[in-house]
Amino acid sequence: EASLAEVNSFSPSVPISPSSMINQYKFEDGPELRDLFITVDDPESHITAIETFITYRVVTKTSRGEFDSSEYEVRRRYQDFLWLKNKLEEAHPTLIIPPLPEKFIMKGMVERFSDEFIETRRKALHKFLNRIADHPTLTFNEDFKIFLTAQAWELSSHKKQGPGLLSRMGQTVRAVASSVRGAVKNRPEMFTEMSNYMETFSQKINLLDKIAHRIYKEERDYCNEMKEYGPIHTLWSASEEDIADSLKGIASCIDRCCKAMEKRMAGLSENLLPILHEYVLYSEILMGVLKRRDQIQGELDSKVDALANKKTEKDLFSEEIGKLEDKVERANNALKADWDRWKQNMQWDMRSTFTNVAENNLRFYEE
Amino acid sequence: MEDCLAKKMEITVSEAEKRTGRNAMNIQETYTAYLIETRAVESQSEGQCAPVDSLWRRYSEFELLRNYLSVTYPHIVVPPLPEKRADFVWHKLSADNMDPDFVERRRIGLENFLLRVASHPILCQDKIFYAFLTQEGGWKEMVNETGFQLKADSRLKALNATFRVKNPDKRFTELKHYSDELQSVISHLLRVRARVADRLYGVYKVHGNYGRVFSEWSAIEKEMGDGLQSAGHHMDVYAASIDDILEEEEHYADQLKEYLFYAEALRAVCRKHELMQYDLEMAAQDLTCKKQQCEELATGTVRTFSLKGMTSKLFGQETPEQREAKIKVLEEQIQEGEEQLKSKNLEGRDFVKSAWADIERFKEQKNHDLKEALISYAVMQISMCKKGIQVWTNAKECFSKM
Repeated sequence: EASLAEVNSFSPSVPISPSSMINQYKFEDGPELRDLFITVDDPESHITAIETFITYRVVTKTSRGEFDSSEYEVRRRYQDFLWLKNKLEEAHPTLIIPPLPEKFIMKGMVERFSDEFIETRRKALHKFLNRIADHPTLTFNEDFKIFLTAQAWELSSHKKQGPGLLSRMGQTVRAVASSVRGAVKNRPEMFTEMSNYMETFSQKINLLDKIAHRIYKEERDYCNEMKEYGPIHTLWSASEEDIADSLKGIASCIDRCCKAMEKRMAGLSENLLPILHEYVLYSEILMGVLKRRDQIQGELDSKVDALANKKTEKDLFSEEIGKLEDKVERANNALKADWDRWKQNMQWDMRSTFTNVAENNLRFYEE
Repeated sequence: MEDCLAKKMEITVSEAEKRTGRNAMNIQETYTAYLIETRAVESQSEGQCAPVDSLWRRYSEFELLRNYLSVTYPHIVVPPLPEKRADFVWHKLSADNMDPDFVERRRIGLENFLLRVASHPILCQDKIFYAFLTQEGGWKEMVNETGFQLKADSRLKALNATFRVKNPDKRFTELKHYSDELQSVISHLLRVRARVADRLYGVYKVHGNYGRVFSEWSAIEKEMGDGLQSAGHHMDVYAASIDDILEEEEHYADQLKEYLFYAEALRAVCRKHELMQYDLEMAAQDLTCKKQQCEELATGTVRTFSLKGMTSKLFGQETPEQREAKIKVLEEQIQEGEEQLKSKNLEGRDFVKSAWADIERFKEQKNHDLKEALISYAVMQISMCKKGIQVWTNAKECFSKM
């Protein structure tokens, strides 16, 4: 209930133009005004009788009043992050919750506990928490605060409260069922547009993800061949006199090319690949958000239909309907605002990431 | 160099044409014929162009010419022909002899061969070579009439045969090692280069996919649309640029290949020396043996163990008349042998002298050509990078406008 009340404070009962809201959000995204700083680092492996798992250190620094202290350090495992995500989704069904890195990676030969995998995951978890911190609504979520500050035992006891696994499952089942019930009749145009956009976007971003990985692979193969290519020139120079210097020169140039190439590949894997992957996940999340919005609206619509058939219990129903209508409106507005925000961020992310790729390539060629 | 044919005559292999005809076994086949054009170089003051003579030759005729030259001038490092079959291919190149790109590169290679022969101080004066350039009909018969095939030493072809030479000229032994090393290192280099080209091609071409997806994505974006669209265009440009880049690199590969094959020619000269030296040593050995035999017969002493000596001991001596006859025969043979040895020695020394002169000439040519090739390769790489810089600068601008 508390979280719904917070949503209320942002819902435009006093209409705020979307563009000014966007400006406000962007402003808040700037590091100068941030009052919550989170880092995720130091993965550690824990072995128990039942299982082996990794915990990450989460350090929070804040100047906010509602936090008892200004600095916190806790250890969290992937399960805890998953719990947080689910709580946020429950509380804000039509807000865009940032993506978590996947549980396992099916493709490729990345083992569950390889260093590469752990590092990629750590970076993604870091991003996850920071995106929440930057979100105007989610940042004040109570579960988020507990996640950042509670000691391990406190967190587990808090987790045990609240709707259990079964009821959550029930919600999911209902959500799926309602979406299966067919297209929502009264869906506002805006959301249909969003849905169409997301379909195409999702397609394209998946393609880009694949392309980027392919480029990375080709570059790596190219680099490997070049590593063999250079030394042949050195070998040749050993049997020559006149042209020995030229040959050695070429060998050293090829060597430098290899090093420049490795820098370029590092740039790709640090920048472009994770962002593209994040947005692949985002596109799935957004589709989910749109579905949940439809589901909320579906509830309203079905109640309205029911009312049409029962004129006598009008009063009872109308209150319920009124509540539902509010709910739908709030959900819609929240989504719209969040959507705009997300798009802005996405644009910014894409811009900076591809510019970065271009810069990397420039640097490569210049070297 | 003043007498070089190349100075007096302009030679080009200007065209290639597919032909069909019947070969020696009366089987229909397709082959490529090359047009050789020659024109006498007039002095500048005349200002007129002499008429162009032309005739068609196919690859097998070039081969015949080269075989003739190698046999007739064994002390010369004879320029090699371009490869018979496409080798060191990478994914995009075709291994098909009829492929137009292969034919084109071969045309250039054949022209290069003719120019090399024409610029060689000794080879350019050969009449058969001149006839190859100017006489269309009856050339094959002319070549065969020289009987060069008879002169060809089949032992030269047996690459793996070793001849135990006691006193080889050290320079030739070293040179043979060098030619082996050169051959192995260049072929290794060409192999890896082909793989590198393949990979580079892959990197560039996959970027083309960006172009397509960016363009499709831009359709659903409002503010990002233009930036994406134009960035996509640059990705397409990038992907297309690799074709020209790699074509240029093929020329570099061909230059290296020429010296790969030159290494074989170099090796052939070394082998010839080896064989000559071997023959010389065998002849000398034979002579010594005969002299010894003669002495033994004359003095009746058996200095070394020999089967003949044993049998004569076992079965009785020969009659003095028989011995005299044998001695006479041997003395004749010894005389012949000494003359032969003298001429062989002379031959050998002449060979070494003229071969070494040509080898020095070849070394200079090789160093000059390879240096130029390496420099042009570096220039190509720089140009590739410059193009890359241009494309990505443009792309960066587009991205920043997204």
